[in-house]
Amino acid sequence: MSLRITLAVAARVLTQLRRDHRTLAMLLVLPCLVIALLWWMFTDLPGRGFDALAPALLALIPFIVMFLVTSVTTLRERTSGTLERLLAMPLGKGDFLLGYALAFGLVAAAQSALAVTVATVFLDLSLEGPVWMLLVVAVLDAILGSALGLFVSAFARTEFQAVQFMPALVFPQILLCGLFVDRDLLPSFLDGVSRALPLTYAVDAMSSVADHAHPSIAADLLVIVAFTAAALVLGALTLRRQTD
Amino acid sequence: MMKNGVAVADLGVVRGGVEVLRGLTFEVGPGEVTGLLGPSGCGKSTLMRAIVGVQRITRGSVTIFGEAAGARALRHRIGYVTQAPSVYDDLTVAENLTFFAAVLGGPRTRIDDCLALVDLGAQRDRVVGRLSGGQRSRVSLAVALLGEPELVVLDEPTVGLDPVLRRDLWETFHRLAEAGAAVFVSSHVMDEATRCDRLLLMREGRIIADSSPDELLEKTGAADVETAFLSLVEES
Ligand SMILES: Nc1ncnc2c1ncn2[C@@H]1O[C@H](COP(=O)(O)OP(=O)(O)O)[C@@H](O)[C@H]1O
Ligand SMILES: [Mg+2]
Repeated sequence: MSLRITLAVAARVLTQLRRDHRTLAMLLVLPCLVIALLWWMFTDLPGRGFDALAPALLALIPFIVMFLVTSVTTLRERTSGTLERLLAMPLGKGDFLLGYALAFGLVAAAQSALAVTVATVFLDLSLEGPVWMLLVVAVLDAILGSALGLFVSAFARTEFQAVQFMPALVFPQILLCGLFVDRDLLPSFLDGVSRALPLTYAVDAMSSVADHAHPSIAADLLVIVAFTAAALVLGALTLRRQTD
Repeated sequence: MMKNGVAVADLGVVRGGVEVLRGLTFEVGPGEVTGLLGPSGCGKSTLMRAIVGVQRITRGSVTIFGEAAGARALRHRIGYVTQAPSVYDDLTVAENLTFFAAVLGGPRTRIDDCLALVDLGAQRDRVVGRLSGGQRSRVSLAVALLGEPELVVLDEPTVGLDPVLRRDLWETFHRLAEAGAAVFVSSHVMDEATRCDRLLLMREGRIIADSSPDELLEKTGAADVETAFLSLVEES
Protein backbone atom coordinates (compact mmCIF):
# COMPACT_ATOMS: atom_id res chain seq x y z
CA MET A 1 0.00 0.00 0.00
CA SER A 2 1.19 3.50 -0.73
CA LEU A 3 -0.21 6.87 0.23
CA ARG A 4 0.88 8.34 -3.11
CA ILE A 5 -1.16 5.82 -5.08
CA THR A 6 -4.18 6.01 -2.76
CA LEU A 7 -4.29 9.78 -3.16
CA ALA A 8 -3.80 9.48 -6.93
CA VAL A 9 -6.81 7.15 -7.15
CA ALA A 10 -8.93 9.49 -5.03
CA ALA A 11 -7.91 12.55 -7.04
CA ARG A 12 -8.63 10.76 -10.29
CA VAL A 13 -12.10 9.66 -9.16
CA LEU A 14 -12.89 13.23 -8.07
CA THR A 15 -11.69 14.61 -11.41
CA GLN A 16 -13.95 12.19 -13.25
CA LEU A 17 -16.85 13.31 -11.11
CA ARG A 18 -16.05 16.97 -11.71
CA ARG A 19 -16.15 16.34 -15.45
CA ASP A 20 -19.63 14.90 -15.14
CA HIS A 21 -21.64 18.03 -14.34
CA ARG A 22 -24.99 16.32 -14.29
CA THR A 23 -23.96 13.64 -11.85
CA LEU A 24 -22.30 16.23 -9.67
CA ALA A 25 -25.44 18.37 -9.65
CA MET A 26 -27.55 15.32 -8.80
CA LEU A 27 -25.17 14.37 -6.01
CA LEU A 28 -25.27 17.78 -4.38
CA VAL A 29 -28.69 19.20 -5.18
CA LEU A 30 -30.99 16.21 -5.21
CA PRO A 31 -30.65 15.38 -1.48
CA CYS A 32 -31.57 18.99 -0.64
CA LEU A 33 -34.64 18.82 -2.86
CA VAL A 34 -35.77 15.54 -1.33
CA ILE A 35 -35.43 16.95 2.18
CA ALA A 36 -37.36 20.06 1.11
CA LEU A 37 -40.08 17.89 -0.39
CA LEU A 38 -40.39 15.96 2.86
CA TRP A 39 -40.69 19.22 4.80
CA TRP A 40 -43.34 20.50 2.38
CA MET A 41 -45.43 17.33 2.78
CA PHE A 42 -45.74 17.93 6.51
CA THR A 43 -46.22 21.73 6.51
CA ASP A 44 -50.02 21.55 6.97
CA LEU A 45 -49.98 18.64 9.40
CA PRO A 46 -49.87 18.79 13.19
CA GLY A 47 -47.19 16.86 15.09
CA ARG A 48 -43.51 16.60 14.23
CA GLY A 49 -43.50 14.29 11.21
CA PHE A 50 -40.67 16.14 9.48
CA ASP A 51 -38.48 16.05 12.60
CA ALA A 52 -39.08 12.33 12.95
CA LEU A 53 -38.39 11.38 9.34
CA ALA A 54 -35.70 13.81 8.18
CA PRO A 55 -32.83 12.25 10.18
CA ALA A 56 -33.61 8.84 8.66
CA LEU A 57 -33.59 10.39 5.21
CA LEU A 58 -30.23 12.02 5.92
CA ALA A 59 -28.93 8.54 6.70
CA LEU A 60 -30.46 6.82 3.69
CA ILE A 61 -29.50 9.28 0.97
CA PRO A 62 -25.70 9.10 1.19
CA PHE A 63 -25.83 5.32 1.39
CA ILE A 64 -28.07 4.93 -1.66
CA VAL A 65 -26.34 7.55 -3.78
CA MET A 66 -22.80 6.37 -3.09
CA PHE A 67 -23.84 2.76 -3.58
CA LEU A 68 -25.13 3.59 -7.04
CA VAL A 69 -22.28 5.85 -8.07
CA THR A 70 -19.59 3.45 -6.90
CA SER A 71 -21.14 0.33 -8.36
CA VAL A 72 -21.42 1.95 -11.78
CA THR A 73 -17.96 3.58 -11.65
CA THR A 74 -16.17 0.40 -10.58
CA LEU A 75 -18.15 -1.67 -13.06
CA ARG A 76 -16.81 0.67 -15.72
CA GLU A 77 -13.29 0.10 -14.41
CA ARG A 78 -13.84 -3.63 -14.66
CA THR A 79 -15.31 -3.62 -18.17
CA SER A 80 -13.11 -0.92 -19.74
CA GLY A 81 -9.93 -2.78 -18.83
CA THR A 82 -8.58 0.04 -16.66
CA LEU A 83 -8.84 -2.14 -13.56
CA GLU A 84 -6.91 -4.93 -15.25
CA ARG A 85 -4.29 -2.42 -16.32
CA LEU A 86 -4.01 -1.01 -12.80
CA LEU A 87 -3.71 -4.45 -11.25
CA ALA A 88 -0.89 -5.25 -13.68
CA MET A 89 0.86 -2.11 -12.36
CA PRO A 90 2.36 -1.68 -8.91
CA LEU A 91 -1.01 -0.78 -7.38
CA GLY A 92 -2.13 -2.43 -4.14
CA LYS A 93 -5.75 -3.50 -3.87
CA GLY A 94 -5.94 -1.45 -0.70
CA ASP A 95 -4.82 1.65 -2.61
CA PHE A 96 -7.67 1.17 -5.01
CA LEU A 97 -10.30 0.53 -2.33
CA LEU A 98 -9.18 3.31 0.00
CA GLY A 99 -8.80 5.74 -2.89
CA TYR A 100 -12.44 5.19 -3.77
CA ALA A 101 -13.53 5.35 -0.14
CA LEU A 102 -11.64 8.62 0.32
CA ALA A 103 -13.08 10.23 -2.81
CA PHE A 104 -16.67 9.26 -2.13
CA GLY A 105 -16.31 9.99 1.57
CA LEU A 106 -15.35 13.56 0.65
CA VAL A 107 -18.25 13.89 -1.77
CA ALA A 108 -20.57 12.52 0.90
CA ALA A 109 -19.27 15.08 3.38
CA ALA A 110 -20.06 17.90 0.95
CA GLN A 111 -23.40 16.38 0.05
CA SER A 112 -24.47 15.90 3.65
CA ALA A 113 -23.19 19.30 4.72
CA LEU A 114 -25.47 20.87 2.14
CA ALA A 115 -28.47 18.70 3.01
CA VAL A 116 -28.00 19.21 6.75
CA THR A 117 -27.64 22.97 6.26
CA VAL A 118 -30.84 23.09 4.26
CA ALA A 119 -32.65 20.97 6.85
CA THR A 120 -31.47 22.83 9.95
CA VAL A 121 -31.13 26.43 8.72
CA PHE A 122 -33.96 26.77 6.22
CA LEU A 123 -36.41 24.07 7.20
CA ASP A 124 -36.14 24.33 10.98
CA LEU A 125 -35.25 20.73 11.62
CA SER A 126 -35.09 20.58 15.39
CA LEU A 127 -31.83 19.00 16.32
CA GLU A 128 -30.89 18.35 19.95
CA GLY A 129 -27.41 16.94 19.33
CA PRO A 130 -24.44 18.51 17.54
CA VAL A 131 -24.58 18.94 13.75
CA TRP A 132 -21.09 17.49 13.22
CA MET A 133 -22.31 14.14 14.49
CA LEU A 134 -24.91 14.02 11.73
CA LEU A 135 -22.10 14.59 9.26
CA VAL A 136 -19.95 11.85 10.75
CA VAL A 137 -22.81 9.37 10.46
CA ALA A 138 -23.52 10.48 6.88
CA VAL A 139 -19.90 10.11 5.79
CA LEU A 140 -19.50 6.65 7.35
CA ASP A 141 -22.77 5.69 5.79
CA ALA A 142 -21.62 6.86 2.39
CA ILE A 143 -18.37 4.91 2.68
CA LEU A 144 -20.40 1.82 3.60
CA GLY A 145 -22.53 2.39 0.48
CA SER A 146 -19.36 2.77 -1.63
CA ALA A 147 -17.81 -0.40 -0.22
CA LEU A 148 -20.94 -2.43 -0.90
CA GLY A 149 -21.33 -0.92 -4.37
CA LEU A 150 -17.77 -1.85 -5.21
CA PHE A 151 -18.37 -5.40 -4.03
CA VAL A 152 -21.61 -5.99 -5.96
CA SER A 153 -20.14 -4.51 -9.16
CA ALA A 154 -18.23 -7.79 -9.43
CA PHE A 155 -21.52 -9.60 -9.99
CA ALA A 156 -22.89 -7.33 -12.70
CA ARG A 157 -21.97 -7.45 -16.34
CA THR A 158 -23.75 -4.28 -17.41
CA GLU A 159 -24.49 -0.96 -15.75
CA PHE A 160 -28.16 -1.86 -16.03
CA GLN A 161 -27.59 -4.95 -13.89
CA ALA A 162 -25.47 -3.01 -11.41
CA VAL A 163 -28.25 -0.52 -10.83
CA GLN A 164 -30.70 -3.36 -10.15
CA PHE A 165 -28.76 -4.33 -7.04
CA MET A 166 -29.81 -1.09 -5.39
CA PRO A 167 -33.51 -1.91 -4.79
CA ALA A 168 -32.61 -5.48 -3.82
CA LEU A 169 -30.16 -4.32 -1.21
CA VAL A 170 -31.73 -1.08 -0.09
CA PHE A 171 -35.52 -1.50 -0.07
CA PRO A 172 -35.62 -4.22 2.59
CA GLN A 173 -33.35 -2.07 4.74
CA ILE A 174 -35.57 0.99 4.31
CA LEU A 175 -38.64 -1.03 5.25
CA LEU A 176 -37.05 -2.63 8.30
CA CYS A 177 -34.96 0.23 9.70
CA GLY A 178 -37.74 1.49 11.94
CA LEU A 179 -38.98 4.22 9.65
CA PHE A 180 -42.35 2.65 8.87
CA VAL A 181 -42.95 0.45 11.87
CA ASP A 182 -41.16 0.92 15.16
CA ARG A 183 -38.62 -1.87 15.42
CA ASP A 184 -40.02 -2.88 18.84
CA LEU A 185 -43.36 -3.53 17.19
CA LEU A 186 -42.02 -5.71 14.37
CA PRO A 187 -42.56 -9.48 14.51
CA SER A 188 -39.57 -10.78 16.45
CA PHE A 189 -38.09 -12.51 13.40
CA LEU A 190 -38.12 -9.28 11.37
CA ASP A 191 -36.72 -7.40 14.33
CA GLY A 192 -33.87 -9.89 14.27
CA VAL A 193 -33.36 -9.32 10.56
CA SER A 194 -33.34 -5.56 11.02
CA ARG A 195 -30.59 -5.94 13.64
CA ALA A 196 -28.46 -7.69 11.02
CA LEU A 197 -28.78 -4.81 8.52
CA PRO A 198 -26.36 -1.87 8.61
CA LEU A 199 -28.82 0.88 7.67
CA THR A 200 -30.76 0.16 10.86
CA TYR A 201 -27.77 1.41 12.82
CA ALA A 202 -27.27 4.43 10.60
CA VAL A 203 -30.89 5.50 11.02
CA ASP A 204 -30.67 4.77 14.73
CA ALA A 205 -27.57 6.98 15.07
CA MET A 206 -29.16 9.84 13.11
CA SER A 207 -32.31 9.70 15.23
CA SER A 208 -30.23 9.72 18.44
CA VAL A 209 -28.45 12.88 17.31
CA ALA A 210 -31.77 14.49 16.48
CA ASP A 211 -33.39 13.57 19.82
CA HIS A 212 -30.62 13.81 22.40
CA ALA A 213 -28.41 16.70 23.43
CA HIS A 214 -25.62 14.26 24.27
CA PRO A 215 -26.28 11.30 22.01
CA SER A 216 -24.29 8.11 22.43
CA ILE A 217 -23.81 6.81 18.94
CA ALA A 218 -20.45 5.08 19.34
CA ALA A 219 -21.98 1.60 19.31
CA ASP A 220 -23.98 2.36 16.15
CA LEU A 221 -20.92 3.81 14.43
CA LEU A 222 -18.86 0.78 15.40
CA VAL A 223 -21.39 -1.51 13.74
CA ILE A 224 -21.36 0.61 10.57
CA VAL A 225 -17.57 0.59 10.50
CA ALA A 226 -17.54 -3.19 11.00
CA PHE A 227 -19.94 -3.68 8.09
CA THR A 228 -17.78 -1.35 5.98
CA ALA A 229 -14.63 -3.29 6.82
CA ALA A 230 -16.35 -6.55 5.92
CA ALA A 231 -17.59 -5.09 2.62
CA LEU A 232 -14.09 -3.80 1.81
CA VAL A 233 -12.58 -7.22 2.49
CA LEU A 234 -15.21 -8.83 0.24
CA GLY A 235 -14.55 -6.10 -2.34
CA ALA A 236 -10.81 -6.82 -2.22
CA LEU A 237 -11.55 -10.48 -2.92
CA THR A 238 -13.29 -9.46 -6.15
CA LEU A 239 -10.22 -7.52 -7.37
CA ARG A 240 -8.38 -10.40 -9.00
CA ARG A 241 -5.00 -9.87 -10.56
CA GLN A 242 -5.49 -13.07 -12.54
CA THR A 243 -8.73 -14.06 -14.24
CA ASP A 244 -9.86 -16.96 -16.42
CA MET B 1 16.34 -19.82 -19.86
CA MET B 2 16.27 -16.17 -20.88
CA LYS B 3 17.27 -13.76 -18.13
CA ASN B 4 16.33 -10.66 -20.10
CA GLY B 5 13.40 -11.83 -22.16
CA VAL B 6 10.31 -13.99 -22.10
CA ALA B 7 10.39 -17.78 -22.00
CA VAL B 8 7.15 -19.69 -22.55
CA ALA B 9 7.19 -23.45 -22.05
CA ASP B 10 4.36 -25.85 -22.85
CA LEU B 11 1.80 -23.16 -22.06
CA GLY B 12 -1.81 -24.30 -21.93
CA VAL B 13 -4.88 -22.18 -21.16
CA VAL B 14 -8.49 -23.28 -20.89
CA ARG B 15 -11.14 -20.55 -21.13
CA GLY B 16 -14.82 -21.28 -20.70
CA GLY B 17 -14.15 -25.02 -21.00
CA VAL B 18 -12.32 -24.64 -24.31
CA GLU B 19 -8.60 -25.25 -24.73
CA VAL B 20 -7.56 -21.88 -26.14
CA LEU B 21 -3.77 -22.29 -25.92
CA ARG B 22 -2.47 -25.78 -26.59
CA GLY B 23 1.07 -26.21 -25.39
CA LEU B 24 3.09 -23.25 -26.67
CA THR B 25 6.86 -23.08 -26.36
CA PHE B 26 8.87 -20.08 -27.57
CA GLU B 27 11.04 -17.20 -26.44
CA VAL B 28 10.90 -13.46 -26.95
CA GLY B 29 14.28 -11.79 -26.84
CA PRO B 30 15.27 -8.24 -25.90
CA GLY B 31 16.31 -5.73 -28.51
CA GLU B 32 13.93 -6.93 -31.18
CA VAL B 33 10.34 -6.60 -32.31
CA THR B 34 8.60 -9.96 -32.22
CA GLY B 35 5.33 -10.18 -34.10
CA LEU B 36 2.53 -12.53 -33.15
CA LEU B 37 0.37 -13.06 -36.21
CA GLY B 38 -2.72 -15.11 -36.60
CA PRO B 39 -6.38 -14.91 -37.49
CA SER B 40 -8.98 -13.51 -35.11
CA GLY B 41 -9.83 -15.95 -32.34
CA CYS B 42 -6.61 -17.99 -32.56
CA GLY B 43 -5.59 -16.99 -29.02
CA LYS B 44 -3.30 -13.98 -29.46
CA SER B 45 -4.93 -11.88 -26.76
CA THR B 46 -5.04 -14.84 -24.37
CA LEU B 47 -1.33 -15.45 -24.90
CA MET B 48 -0.51 -11.80 -24.27
CA ARG B 49 -2.60 -11.83 -21.11
CA ALA B 50 -0.69 -14.89 -19.92
CA ILE B 51 2.63 -13.12 -20.51
CA VAL B 52 1.52 -10.01 -18.66
CA GLY B 53 0.34 -12.25 -15.84
CA VAL B 54 -3.39 -11.45 -15.79
CA GLN B 55 -4.49 -14.75 -17.35
CA ARG B 56 -4.81 -17.85 -15.19
CA ILE B 57 -2.91 -20.61 -16.93
CA THR B 58 -3.78 -24.31 -16.94
CA ARG B 59 -0.36 -25.83 -17.56
CA GLY B 60 3.20 -24.98 -18.48
CA SER B 61 5.08 -21.86 -17.48
CA VAL B 62 5.66 -18.27 -18.49
CA THR B 63 8.92 -16.77 -17.24
CA ILE B 64 9.84 -13.11 -17.66
CA PHE B 65 13.29 -11.81 -16.75
CA GLY B 66 13.72 -15.02 -14.79
CA GLU B 67 10.53 -14.60 -12.74
CA ALA B 68 7.12 -16.24 -13.05
CA ALA B 69 4.64 -14.07 -14.99
CA GLY B 70 2.55 -11.95 -12.65
CA ALA B 71 5.29 -11.67 -10.00
CA ARG B 72 5.17 -8.45 -8.04
CA ALA B 73 8.69 -7.44 -9.07
CA LEU B 74 7.63 -7.48 -12.73
CA ARG B 75 4.86 -4.92 -12.39
CA HIS B 76 7.28 -2.02 -12.86
CA ARG B 77 8.96 -3.57 -15.85
CA ILE B 78 6.13 -4.45 -18.23
CA GLY B 79 4.05 -2.15 -20.40
CA TYR B 80 0.83 -3.70 -21.64
CA VAL B 81 -1.65 -2.33 -24.16
CA THR B 82 -4.90 -4.28 -24.26
CA GLN B 83 -6.75 -4.72 -27.54
CA ALA B 84 -9.53 -2.33 -26.49
CA PRO B 85 -8.01 0.95 -25.22
CA SER B 86 -8.01 0.84 -21.43
CA VAL B 87 -8.00 4.47 -20.43
CA TYR B 88 -10.55 6.73 -18.78
CA ASP B 89 -12.86 8.15 -21.42
CA ASP B 90 -14.07 10.95 -19.17
CA LEU B 91 -10.60 12.33 -18.46
CA THR B 92 -8.34 14.33 -20.74
CA VAL B 93 -5.28 12.78 -22.34
CA ALA B 94 -2.99 14.58 -19.88
CA GLU B 95 -5.14 13.62 -16.87
CA ASN B 96 -5.00 9.96 -17.86
CA LEU B 97 -1.24 10.04 -18.16
CA THR B 98 -0.81 12.02 -14.97
CA PHE B 99 -2.84 9.46 -13.06
CA PHE B 100 -1.03 6.41 -14.37
CA ALA B 101 2.33 8.17 -13.93
CA ALA B 102 1.43 8.73 -10.27
CA VAL B 103 0.61 5.03 -9.88
CA LEU B 104 3.93 4.08 -11.46
CA GLY B 105 5.81 6.74 -9.52
CA GLY B 106 7.91 7.92 -12.46
CA PRO B 107 8.99 11.48 -13.21
CA ARG B 108 6.36 13.82 -14.63
CA THR B 109 8.57 14.83 -17.53
CA ARG B 110 7.99 11.33 -18.86
CA ILE B 111 4.39 12.32 -19.71
CA ASP B 112 5.45 14.75 -22.44
CA ASP B 113 7.98 12.27 -23.80
CA CYS B 114 5.29 9.61 -24.12
CA LEU B 115 2.82 12.01 -25.73
CA ALA B 116 5.48 12.89 -28.29
CA LEU B 117 6.20 9.19 -28.93
CA VAL B 118 2.59 8.59 -29.95
CA ASP B 119 2.19 12.01 -31.57
CA LEU B 120 -0.60 13.26 -29.31
CA GLY B 121 0.99 16.45 -28.02
CA ALA B 122 -1.67 18.60 -29.68
CA GLN B 123 -4.49 16.59 -28.08
CA ARG B 124 -3.21 16.64 -24.51
CA ASP B 125 -6.12 18.64 -23.11
CA ARG B 126 -8.87 16.88 -25.06
CA VAL B 127 -11.23 14.49 -23.29
CA VAL B 128 -10.36 10.95 -24.40
CA GLY B 129 -13.98 9.96 -25.07
CA ARG B 130 -14.15 12.59 -27.83
CA LEU B 131 -11.05 11.40 -29.67
CA SER B 132 -11.07 9.09 -32.68
CA GLY B 133 -10.56 5.36 -32.19
CA GLY B 134 -6.98 5.53 -33.36
CA GLN B 135 -6.19 8.44 -31.07
CA ARG B 136 -7.70 6.62 -28.09
CA SER B 137 -5.59 3.55 -28.71
CA ARG B 138 -2.53 5.79 -28.88
CA VAL B 139 -3.41 7.23 -25.47
CA SER B 140 -3.51 3.66 -24.21
CA LEU B 141 -0.12 3.05 -25.81
CA ALA B 142 1.33 6.20 -24.23
CA VAL B 143 0.22 4.95 -20.81
CA ALA B 144 2.00 1.65 -21.40
CA LEU B 145 5.23 3.46 -22.24
CA LEU B 146 5.19 5.70 -19.14
CA GLY B 147 7.23 3.37 -16.97
CA GLU B 148 9.96 2.89 -19.60
CA PRO B 149 9.19 -0.84 -19.62
CA GLU B 150 11.77 -3.46 -20.51
CA LEU B 151 9.03 -5.63 -21.96
CA VAL B 152 6.33 -4.00 -24.09
CA VAL B 153 3.30 -6.17 -24.91
CA LEU B 154 1.01 -4.63 -27.53
CA ASP B 155 -2.24 -6.31 -28.51
CA GLU B 156 -3.17 -5.21 -32.05
CA PRO B 157 -2.01 -1.62 -31.52
CA THR B 158 -2.23 -0.61 -35.18
CA VAL B 159 -5.75 -1.79 -36.03
CA GLY B 160 -7.79 0.87 -37.79
CA LEU B 161 -4.97 3.42 -37.97
CA ASP B 162 -4.13 5.30 -41.12
CA PRO B 163 -1.06 3.98 -42.99
CA VAL B 164 1.17 6.94 -42.20
CA LEU B 165 0.48 6.64 -38.50
CA ARG B 166 0.93 2.89 -38.65
CA ARG B 167 4.35 3.28 -40.18
CA ASP B 168 5.28 5.84 -37.51
CA LEU B 169 4.15 3.52 -34.74
CA TRP B 170 6.19 0.63 -36.11
CA GLU B 171 9.16 2.97 -36.14
CA THR B 172 8.44 3.75 -32.50
CA PHE B 173 8.35 0.03 -31.69
CA HIS B 174 11.73 -0.44 -33.35
CA ARG B 175 13.16 2.51 -31.45
CA LEU B 176 12.00 0.92 -28.19
CA ALA B 177 13.64 -2.34 -29.22
CA GLU B 178 16.86 -0.55 -30.17
CA ALA B 179 16.88 0.96 -26.71
CA GLY B 180 16.96 -2.62 -25.39
CA ALA B 181 13.33 -3.50 -24.73
CA ALA B 182 11.68 -6.74 -25.75
CA VAL B 183 8.73 -5.69 -27.92
CA PHE B 184 5.95 -8.20 -28.50
CA VAL B 185 3.25 -7.04 -30.94
CA SER B 186 0.20 -8.92 -32.17
CA SER B 187 -1.76 -8.39 -35.35
CA HIS B 188 -4.28 -10.27 -37.44
CA VAL B 189 -3.12 -8.37 -40.54
CA MET B 190 -0.49 -10.52 -42.23
CA ASP B 191 0.97 -7.49 -44.08
CA GLU B 192 2.43 -6.25 -40.85
CA ALA B 193 4.66 -9.33 -40.61
CA THR B 194 7.38 -7.74 -42.73
CA ARG B 195 7.79 -5.00 -40.16
CA CYS B 196 8.88 -7.46 -37.46
CA ASP B 197 12.37 -8.72 -36.71
CA ARG B 198 10.92 -12.05 -35.76
CA LEU B 199 7.62 -13.76 -36.42
CA LEU B 200 5.43 -16.17 -34.53
CA LEU B 201 2.56 -17.44 -36.64
CA MET B 202 -0.33 -18.76 -34.62
CA ARG B 203 -3.38 -20.78 -35.49
CA GLU B 204 -6.01 -22.43 -33.29
CA GLY B 205 -3.96 -22.09 -30.13
CA ARG B 206 -0.69 -23.38 -31.58
CA ILE B 207 2.47 -21.75 -32.92
CA ILE B 208 2.89 -22.96 -36.50
CA ALA B 209 6.01 -20.96 -37.37
CA ASP B 210 8.78 -19.24 -35.43
CA SER B 211 11.39 -17.49 -37.57
CA SER B 212 12.39 -14.23 -39.21
CA PRO B 213 10.13 -13.00 -42.05
CA ASP B 214 12.81 -13.75 -44.65
CA GLU B 215 13.45 -17.25 -43.34
CA LEU B 216 9.74 -17.95 -43.39
CA LEU B 217 9.38 -16.92 -47.04
CA GLU B 218 12.50 -18.84 -47.97
CA LYS B 219 11.38 -22.01 -46.19
CA THR B 220 7.88 -21.99 -47.67
CA GLY B 221 8.86 -20.57 -51.04
CA ALA B 222 5.95 -18.14 -50.74
CA ALA B 223 5.88 -14.60 -52.07
CA ASP B 224 4.24 -13.10 -48.98
CA VAL B 225 3.44 -14.04 -45.41
CA GLU B 226 -0.23 -14.65 -46.13
CA THR B 227 0.64 -17.30 -48.71
CA ALA B 228 3.27 -18.73 -46.37
CA PHE B 229 0.64 -19.03 -43.66
CA LEU B 230 -1.71 -20.87 -46.04
CA SER B 231 0.98 -23.30 -47.16
CA LEU B 232 1.91 -24.04 -43.55
CA VAL B 233 -1.75 -24.73 -42.73
CA GLU B 234 -2.10 -27.04 -45.71
CA GLU B 235 1.11 -28.87 -44.80
CA SER B 236 -0.10 -29.78 -41.33
N1 LIG C 1 -13.43 -14.32 -21.39
C1 LIG C 1 -13.45 -15.43 -22.15
N2 LIG C 1 -14.07 -16.54 -21.71
C2 LIG C 1 -14.09 -17.66 -22.46
N3 LIG C 1 -13.54 -17.75 -23.66
C3 LIG C 1 -12.91 -16.70 -24.17
C4 LIG C 1 -12.83 -15.47 -23.44
N4 LIG C 1 -12.14 -14.58 -24.18
C5 LIG C 1 -11.82 -15.21 -25.33
N5 LIG C 1 -12.26 -16.47 -25.33
C6 LIG C 1 -12.07 -17.46 -26.41
O1 LIG C 1 -10.70 -17.73 -26.52
C7 LIG C 1 -10.33 -17.86 -27.89
C8 LIG C 1 -9.16 -16.98 -28.20
O2 LIG C 1 -9.54 -15.65 -28.02
P1 LIG C 1 -8.49 -14.47 -28.12
O3 LIG C 1 -7.31 -14.81 -27.29
O4 LIG C 1 -9.20 -13.22 -27.82
O5 LIG C 1 -8.09 -14.53 -29.67
P2 LIG C 1 -7.48 -13.40 -30.61
O6 LIG C 1 -6.91 -12.34 -29.75
O7 LIG C 1 -6.44 -14.12 -31.40
O8 LIG C 1 -8.57 -12.91 -31.49
C9 LIG C 1 -11.57 -17.56 -28.72
O9 LIG C 1 -12.11 -18.77 -29.17
C10 LIG C 1 -12.50 -16.89 -27.74
O10 LIG C 1 -13.83 -17.23 -28.02
MG1 LIG D 1 -7.36 -10.40 -29.68
